[in-house]
Amino acid sequence: MGQINLNQVTKSFGDVQVIPPLDLQINEGEFVVFVGPSGCGKSTLLRLIAGLEDTTSGHINIDGKDATTLPPSKRGLAMVFQSYALYPHMSVRKNIAFPMRMAGLDEATQKAKIEAAAKALNLTDYLDRKPGQLSGGQRQRVAIGRAIVREPAAFLFDEPLSNLDAALRVGMRLEIMELHKKLETTMIYVTHDQVEAMTMADKIVVLQAGVIEQVGSPLELYHAPRNKFVAGFIGSPRMNLIEGPEAQKHGAATIGIRPEHLGVSKTAGLWQGKVGVAEHLGSDTFIHVHQTGLADMMTVRITGDIEARHGDTIYLTPDMDQLHRFDAAGLRIE
Amino acid sequence: MATAHSKSAARLMIAPAVFVLLVWMLIPLCMTLYFSFADYRPMRGVFETWIGFENFIRFLTSSSFLSSLVTTLQMVGGILVITIAGGVLMALLLDQPMFGQGIVRILVIAPFFVMPTVSALVWKNMFFNVDNGLFSYLFQGLGFPPYDFLSQSPLLSIIVIVAWQWLPFATLILLTAVQSLDSEQLEAAEMDGAPALARFRFIILPHLSRAITVVILIQTIFLLSIFAEIFVTTNGAFGTRTLTYLVYQRVLESQNIGLGSAGGIVAVILANVIAIFLMRIVGKNLDN
Ligand SMILES: Nc1ncnc2c1ncn2[C@@H]1O[C@H](COP(=O)(O)OP(=O)(O)OP(=O)(O)O)[C@@H](O)[C@H]1O
Ligand SMILES: [Mg+2]
Repeated sequence: MGQINLNQVTKSFGDVQVIPPLDLQINEGEFVVFVGPSGCGKSTLLRLIAGLEDTTSGHINIDGKDATTLPPSKRGLAMVFQSYALYPHMSVRKNIAFPMRMAGLDEATQKAKIEAAAKALNLTDYLDRKPGQLSGGQRQRVAIGRAIVREPAAFLFDEPLSNLDAALRVGMRLEIMELHKKLETTMIYVTHDQVEAMTMADKIVVLQAGVIEQVGSPLELYHAPRNKFVAGFIGSPRMNLIEGPEAQKHGAATIGIRPEHLGVSKTAGLWQGKVGVAEHLGSDTFIHVHQTGLADMMTVRITGDIEARHGDTIYLTPDMDQLHRFDAAGLRIE
Repeated sequence: MATAHSKSAARLMIAPAVFVLLVWMLIPLCMTLYFSFADYRPMRGVFETWIGFENFIRFLTSSSFLSSLVTTLQMVGGILVITIAGGVLMALLLDQPMFGQGIVRILVIAPFFVMPTVSALVWKNMFFNVDNGLFSYLFQGLGFPPYDFLSQSPLLSIIVIVAWQWLPFATLILLTAVQSLDSEQLEAAEMDGAPALARFRFIILPHLSRAITVVILIQTIFLLSIFAEIFVTTNGAFGTRTLTYLVYQRVLESQNIGLGSAGGIVAVILANVIAIFLMRIVGKNLDN
């Protein structure tokens, strides 16, 4: 259960085509993350799968059955919204019970499932509160609880953590990952946070303007980005992209080198530049290097600390094994 | 607004308004109170300053008082039911995306700007008239005998007229409430397997409950003093005599100002009791 296939799916709002024909295969039990810049159609794609938007053309298959025209409630999917979308006038207990009540389950089963979900999500003490009396993290857990009790074929999450503060986000991220390990249910997760994407996903789908740029495991995307867009989007800080004569030396239109694959020296190296801003994180230091004659600005990542003052001359040497080459169309050259 | 200085400045500024309002309200109220204890019948030249509670006793024990009270409650209740049910329906319809939405919304609000007397006259002559009314034509067209609304079901006719006037108000308030509903909640309910009717019952209606109580409160206060619509259509005949209308008859038709004033005081007390009662409900509703 939980296999989803998109076949030549498109979506237009009026004259604007938001999703050009798109194929995607999501396997059973996978944790799939959709990432991409704002407005690229991640939410739209998720809502198409959920059935909250109608496809303009193409087919969606869920567990081998054509679900293109099925209403949301018949698709066996559960969704967790960014705004949590809890029912404000119902207690936590009633919120979690709502889908079961709609399905006509008997009271005893409902009760048992609520207790189990509350226990799994640490909500037992809050069952009789209203959503307005809960913290953001607790609300998020209630929303997940409401999704779990339906025992869906797949969970859909639309930026579920973006309203939480950084510390809570890390905690909830782990909770969702543990939930996935425990339930082994397919999960589709939309985010624009690439740390979430890299840490959580079995499979990342990188989108740009409704087009899938690459599908692959986090490390595949990191080590072998299929094009310039994916190369620039995955990884933090961003990959340095260099065009011009330096790239032609390597037989490419553009070469890319990640900040962590640049060696730094104060005395000698392949490329020369001036130190701009240095961001000291303690464990790492990010140095912005200007006036290299290669790109406007290059970023270097150094493990530990380094004495680098604004305006100092600095030398960079790339690790040639880690160099990415792209042709004029922006595609990767192997 | 929180400092002591700004508070006292604010008080000073609203003082004139409060003063005017008090004078405006208190003087008539005090005079009514004064007359209600007097035997005052100007046409007969009777004026006795103090007759105790006699006016009140006469007013409260007369059979017309109880029947007028019942009529008032029926009328207000009927109008509330129609405007709330109709208002919810209209609000849900107007919330749908449609062509010419702005103009439709303005048209829906229009009845609210028509003066009560005018709208009652229009209804009376254009729709309810037995010989020339549109309803008569409609009934004839459908093969029924014409129906004299104003004499055969006068209370219902007045309820319809007033409900038509107040429907825009209810619609407007409820529409803003409908629009403030988070659409993700409805989508969540849809995914949770709730069909349209269940979404209305479990999501939309609870969301509207506050707005509905506010509409009930405001409308009740205004509806207790309906006058023009009764005056223009039935003149208080055929069981359409509300408390307000009874007071009017006592004062102007029987020329008994003392008795009418006592009735007025009774009406004020009753209106306040109902208002306090409603405020409590609204307050409770707004709390959670
Ligand atoms: N109901 C709609 N009508 C018209 N255009 C829409 C509608 N919903 C979304 N769009 C457009 O579709 C595109 C994709 O929107 P979508 O919400 O899927 O983006 P997203 O990737 O989720 O972005 P974000 O990360 O900001 O949430 C946007 O350009 C948006 O303007
Ligand atoms: Mg989105």
